[in-house]
This record gives sequence, structure tokens and C-alpha cells, in this order.
Amino acid sequence: MRRRATRLAGGVTLVTAAAVALSGCVASERDAEGSGEGSGKDTFVFAASADPGSLDPAFASDGESFRVARQIFEGLVGVEPGTADPAPLLAESWDISDDGLEYTFHLKEGVKFQDDTDFDAEAVCFNFDRWANWTGLAASESLSYYYTHVFGGQGENGKYDSCAASDAATAVVKLKSPLPELVPALSLPSFSMQSPTALEEFKADEVGGAEDAPELSEYATGHPVGTGPYEFGEWKAGESVTLKAFDGYWGEFGDVKNIVFTVISEGTARRQALEAGDIDGYDLVAPADVDALKDGGYQVLNRDPFNILYLGMNQKQKPFDDPKVRQAIAHAIDKEALVAAALPEGTEVATQFVPSTVSGYSDDVATYEFDQEKAKELLKEAGQENLELEFNYPTDVSRPYMPDAAAIYEAISADLEEVGITVKATPEPWSPTYLDTIQGSDKHGLHLLGWTGDYNDTYNFIGTFFGSESAEWGFDDEALFKSLGDARYAPVDQQEAQYKAANEAVMEFLPGVPLASPVPSLAFTEQVQGYPVSPVQDEVYNVITFTE
Amino acid sequence: MLRLIVQRLLLLIPLLLGLSVLLFAWVRALPGGPATALLGERATPEAVARINTLYGFDQPVHVQYFKYLGRLLQGDFGVSTRTGRPVLDEFLTRFPATIELTIVALIIAIGIGIPLGYIAARRAGSFIDHSSVVVSLIGVTVPVFFLAFILKYVFAVELGWFPSTGRQDPTMIATHPTNFYVLDGLLTGEWDAAWDALVHLILPGIALGTIPLAIVARMTRAAVSEVQNADYVRTARAKGIRASRLRGEHILRNSMLPVLTTIGLQVGLLLSGAVLTETVFAFSGIGSFLAEAVFNADYPVMQGFVLMIAIVYALVNLFVDVSYGLIDPRLRRQQ
Repeated sequence: MRRRATRLAGGVTLVTAAAVALSGCVASERDAEGSGEGSGKDTFVFAASADPGSLDPAFASDGESFRVARQIFEGLVGVEPGTADPAPLLAESWDISDDGLEYTFHLKEGVKFQDDTDFDAEAVCFNFDRWANWTGLAASESLSYYYTHVFGGQGENGKYDSCAASDAATAVVKLKSPLPELVPALSLPSFSMQSPTALEEFKADEVGGAEDAPELSEYATGHPVGTGPYEFGEWKAGESVTLKAFDGYWGEFGDVKNIVFTVISEGTARRQALEAGDIDGYDLVAPADVDALKDGGYQVLNRDPFNILYLGMNQKQKPFDDPKVRQAIAHAIDKEALVAAALPEGTEVATQFVPSTVSGYSDDVATYEFDQEKAKELLKEAGQENLELEFNYPTDVSRPYMPDAAAIYEAISADLEEVGITVKATPEPWSPTYLDTIQGSDKHGLHLLGWTGDYNDTYNFIGTFFGSESAEWGFDDEALFKSLGDARYAPVDQQEAQYKAANEAVMEFLPGVPLASPVPSLAFTEQVQGYPVSPVQDEVYNVITFTE
Repeated sequence: MLRLIVQRLLLLIPLLLGLSVLLFAWVRALPGGPATALLGERATPEAVARINTLYGFDQPVHVQYFKYLGRLLQGDFGVSTRTGRPVLDEFLTRFPATIELTIVALIIAIGIGIPLGYIAARRAGSFIDHSSVVVSLIGVTVPVFFLAFILKYVFAVELGWFPSTGRQDPTMIATHPTNFYVLDGLLTGEWDAAWDALVHLILPGIALGTIPLAIVARMTRAAVSEVQNADYVRTARAKGIRASRLRGEHILRNSMLPVLTTIGLQVGLLLSGAVLTETVFAFSGIGSFLAEAVFNADYPVMQGFVLMIAIVYALVNLFVDVSYGLIDPRLRRQQ
């Protein structure tokens, strides 16, 4: 239930004010926005770790922006609940031409935007054209990250050609060259359908401010309009974002009529806010807090893993260019023990560079089982019996795939020492320099890093890592790059098989050691039922109910 | 008096100019940069270079500086690279929160610190004196974040007397014409909004107030101990002056000068934002925002916020200097 501050007639003295305030709870309109079934509670308070970067998801790429956007907006393509697989949403179905250049989307009919604009093929094309025609700052990665990445850029550079409405319920999108990951990518909030009326009225594309200091548009700070179950209420920067149920929504509602995202950046503070009863749930639960929360009667839900933690090696640094050394390191690591010691309960041990939820996951990759004798033997064969290695790992960071880098480092380095490798720790703060060292320079050998997938596509993982030569891995293997590219552009019916083959090829080459896919956790009060946990965080709150 | 104020304000100009140069150099000497912070895990070097070109970060520092200075003179503090909002707006939205917190912390520090110090000095060697020393020591030595954590655990989580985080119950719909939430509630007649905002200030106020409380108490104790043995106090007492007048006019007022200086310095510090307290209580003031800016290499926010904090600090000091005159008539005459 939402509280509305009580407004009393003026002219009362401060003393009376204090007296009334003391009885404030009684005076409050406790249930101003109507009540839900069952408990009567209709407001869901969720602690976010930060403000959204922008309310316009086309200009956002961070998790907190997407969390809010998923309530307000819907895309052509959604996600099958509980999985990472694409599913119909605003498009009920689609046909792809044989050459992969033409996508015909058959749209759901009778859908309205929250400002009463019709959702139809014109609106779809308006959105596609909008993305494709950005220029200047709007077209830079800092703003339109996902469009730039998926479509390869704007205008002439990009793969997008045109969009036409063949009738109100059919939109035909044409591409200049094939884009096999288009359908799964469209499930990202960045490709949400936004109201053309609101986009124009609130000048969504006018990235204001000076040329070198982009400022969010009026639309992105206070007027987002989509077709989703909740419409925008208020954004108090640094404090909260409030949403309310959209009466004209085509779908159904559970008990949640109002959503409040309250910003609590610090992890312990989020946990205490839950324990104090100030919030109903929060994300990014620290693995160390899980047991205490469960003991305290709170629900801890795990998302299926959609990320990968790996031990990277830079082949520009000797002796990582020797496959035997890489294999020895892979055999030396006890992944099961690592998971038990340093990663949250429920973590999946990794055999390849994609988690098992991704469609190209293969059961037939080369595995390098934990075998210290074999590791020693391989090192001997490579002539590296007295190997000394620098091991880079980040400090002051917790990523979904790497909750505690130091603990992971400890476990792995102990394993390496066991087979006679001398490890020299090289910790470095994540912000601002660790990534520069690993991805922007040659000055690293062994290192910890990982990736959380954007959408269900093998290339989004192994293509991101090994699609071309990079400073992180330091190898140039045209054959491998080509096999990944071929798999990416394979005909749809052969793609899964080709991706499986690509995963097998990568593990044969063994550029690094995939370690694990940790599961991210969320915590809720007992009252919250039916939270739609999703590996790709496609979590929309209209399905949630509250118990007494 | 007016001359003093004008002089001091004019002195601010070179001070801020110098500070802006230092800040600019310092911020750009930090490792990393906003582009890496913006693009995250998989930024290609080319993408980083493109961002740096677009934002002008690849230009020579002096070119960037004069561009920045040009805008600054027009009152434009730039735009946060992280939030895409003007730095001045970000500051003005959050500063009221910090001011409210400062006021509560000060009420606690002065309201308890001065009486405690005074009583301790007047009853030197007594139980109260010893306990005031202990309280002072605890106040100065216990880390603020630890105290904040304990306060929150006991009074918010276990006892549930106070809210654990934020400035106001997030489910409360209230109007905020000034962004001073307590004041807003009183102005608009939304009494329970004002009360709720006030309740949210108590725990962070206590956590933040302990250090100044300890310092004020010690300072008062020292000053009062000295003054109460001064000749004029003895003379006054010998003249048979009323005890309350002796305490108020002769002892307390004369010992307030050093205490006032201390309070002034503390106000300046408190207004600079309390990074730890604000973060632990998810209290959206300038301290927590500045800390986030540092983590995200948000150059415009770091530069803008520090400059504005410097202005506030200078103004508070000026105010303290002026108020000396009000307490000590001799100084007024000199001026």
C-alpha cells in the first residue's frame, strides 16, 4: 500500500504540527491507490543498487536502467519465462527470408502505448528508423551501446536497411547484410518499442548540453512511454523511481499496482533495509549473506547462470603460447573445490566459455579433468618445471560472475603451487585500471575475468572473447576466428550445430580455462510470491502476488 | 564589518581560480578515465578513443581547462558523464539533504557537547568529568561507519524504532518545493511527511554528530576551565554577582570564542558531505554522490562539487569570523 502525505489546512501552529505528526500514521491515507487481493498490499518496494542511467532504454546499457525499463516497456521479442530463449511478445510471430535479410514481424493487435498512441507497424518502423538515424553523440557507444554493437553502427556503416509497414499489423525490416543474432538481441530492453508521440513531444533524440557534454533528454529524465504493465510516476534522482499500474495494459496483473525502486548502493545497507522491513526485496545479494538471510526467514532466489568466469591467459607472454603449458594449468585446477570454497551455492562448474543455458552449449567439448600428476608431466614436457607466473586479479569489485576475486585467486594459486608453479600475485583495483591492464595492454599473463551475457546467443560469449585478435588473449588464429564467423552466419537450422562445433574448437585450442558460472541471488520477504526469476533478468513485476 | 565581508569575498576569486587549476590537473592525473567507466567490461580501445574524442578528453589539458573556465564563468559547471544531468542541478538537488543532516548533527553536537564540556569543567575530577572524557575519546576514535552500522542494527533492524535508509519512506507521496524534506512538509502542511523526514535524520545525525560532539565537549571543557579561574571571574564572584549571571555572562560567553571557531570548522566539514554516513544510510547527499563520481571517473562532477564545496566552506568561515564580533564586542570595535 502506498502512503500519501497528509495535507492539512494551513495556519496550524508548529506545536500542533508535531502533535499531528506524532499520530501521522493514523492520519495517513494508508491505501490511497486502491488495494490488491489478499493482503491488501499493492506496492512493491525493491532496492536497486543505483539510479537508472536513463529512462530511455535505447540510450542505456546498465542493469539498473533495464530493471526499470522492463516494467515500462516491451519489445517485439520477449523471453520465455525462466529461460534465456527468445519468445513472442509484441510480435506474435516472425518470418525470416532465406537470405536472412528480411524479417517480417506479425504484431499483436489492440495494444496501446501508455499515452494512448496505437502500437502498430508504423510505430515499430518509427523506432527502427530512430535508432538507425542517430548521429554525433547519440550514435556513440556511451549512449546507444547496444544498437551500435548489434547493428554495427548508424547510417551507411550499419547493417540496417529499412523498415516498412505492409499493413497495421505487419512490419517488414530489411537488412543490408545478415544479422543472425537479431531475434535474441531484440529481447534486450534497448530495443523496446517506445511511443512515437512521446519520443517526439519530449525530444528524446535531442541529447542536449554542449557538444562534448551530452545531457539526458527531457524524455529520458521524466517521460518514458511504452506498452508495458507500469507507467512512469516519478524519478527522485539518488533516491527512488516510482511506477504505477497502466490501466490500459493488454495483459494481466497480480497484486503489484505500484513499484518503488529505492536506491541503496551499499550491499549491507540493502540487507539491513530488508531486515528492518523497509523494502520487499533486493538484488545482488552477497554470497556471504545468503545463509543468514535464509535463517532469518527470508526467501533467497537464484537466477539460472547466464555468465562465465574464466582464467585468461595472454599468449603474447611466454610461455602461454605453448599449448602444453595451457593444458597443464587447466589440469592443475580443481574447479569443484574452487566452487565450494569461493563461489555461491548453486554455482555451475564450467566446461566451456558459455553457460549451459545458451543454445550452442556442447556436451562433447574436450575436458581437462583435475589431475595434478598430468599437469606436472605436461609442464615437464614443455620444459617449464620451474615456472614463475604473474597472476592479475581485481580488487574492490563484485561482479555477478566474480563475487570475490581475491578468494578465487587464493584457491587457484594454491592449486598451481601444488604442481610446482610459483605464482606472483598482482592485484589491481577494478576501477579504474584493471580492465585497462587486461584489455588495453600486453602487461598481463594469467588473469581473472568473465562476462554476463546480453542475450541467448553463443557468439555473444565466444565471439566477444575470441571473435578477433585482442590484447587480452594475445593470439592471432585466423582459422579459429573464421570458424566462429562461419558459425555466426550459418543458416538458422544449422546454427546450433555450428556453434557447438565452435565451442568444441575453442576448448581444443584452450585459450584459457573456463571456471564456473555463479548464480546471482535475490532476497525477498516471505510475503512476496511468484517473483519471475530470469537468467537474463527479464523480470516484470505484474505477475507477483503477496501473501498475508 | 561590511569592508571585511567584501574583502573576504573578493579574496575568493583568486582562491577559486587556483583551486580550479589544481583540481583540473589532479582529476586528469588520475588513472583510468570516464570512457572506461562508461563502456565497462568489453570496451574496445577504438571505442574508448572515440568517446574521448567526442567528450574532448583527448585535447591538450590547457585547451580543455580554458574551455572549462569559459563555461564556468557563465555559471555552467558541465554535465555529469555518468548521469547525463547538469552538475549544478545534481548539486542543488542533493545539497539540501546534506544541510539537513548537518543541522541535526550540529544540534546533537552543540546541544550535548557544550553542556557536557561545561559541567565537566565546573566539576573537574568528578564522575561527570571522567565520563565526558571517555565519551569524547569514544566519539573521536570509533570509526563513523562502524557506529552507523551498529546504530542501524540496534535501532532500525532489531528494535525497528527508526528507518534504516533513505531520506523519506519511499512509498510516501509528498511534494518537495525546496528539497529540504522536513521544511517541505511544514510548508505544504504535509505534517507526516515532515515527521517522516525528521525521523530519517535521527540515526545518521547521531552517527555524524558524535565526532563534532566530542570535539566541542573537549574544547568547551578546556575553555571553561581556563576562564573560570580568570581574575575577572573571581572579582565578579567577590562582588557577589548572581550565580546564574556569573555562569552565563562571565564564564560561558567568554569561553565561547574558541568553541565557536571549532564549531565553524566542523560546520564546514559537515557541509562538505559525509561520504561514509551518507553511503551507509543510503542518504542522498553530496558526499555519497561525490564518492560515486570518484569511482566512475566522472570528471565534471569531481571538479564542480569540490569547487562548490570550497565556496560553501569559505562562506561558512566568513560567517564565523563575522559572528565573533557579535560575541566579543572588543573585536567589533577593532573592526
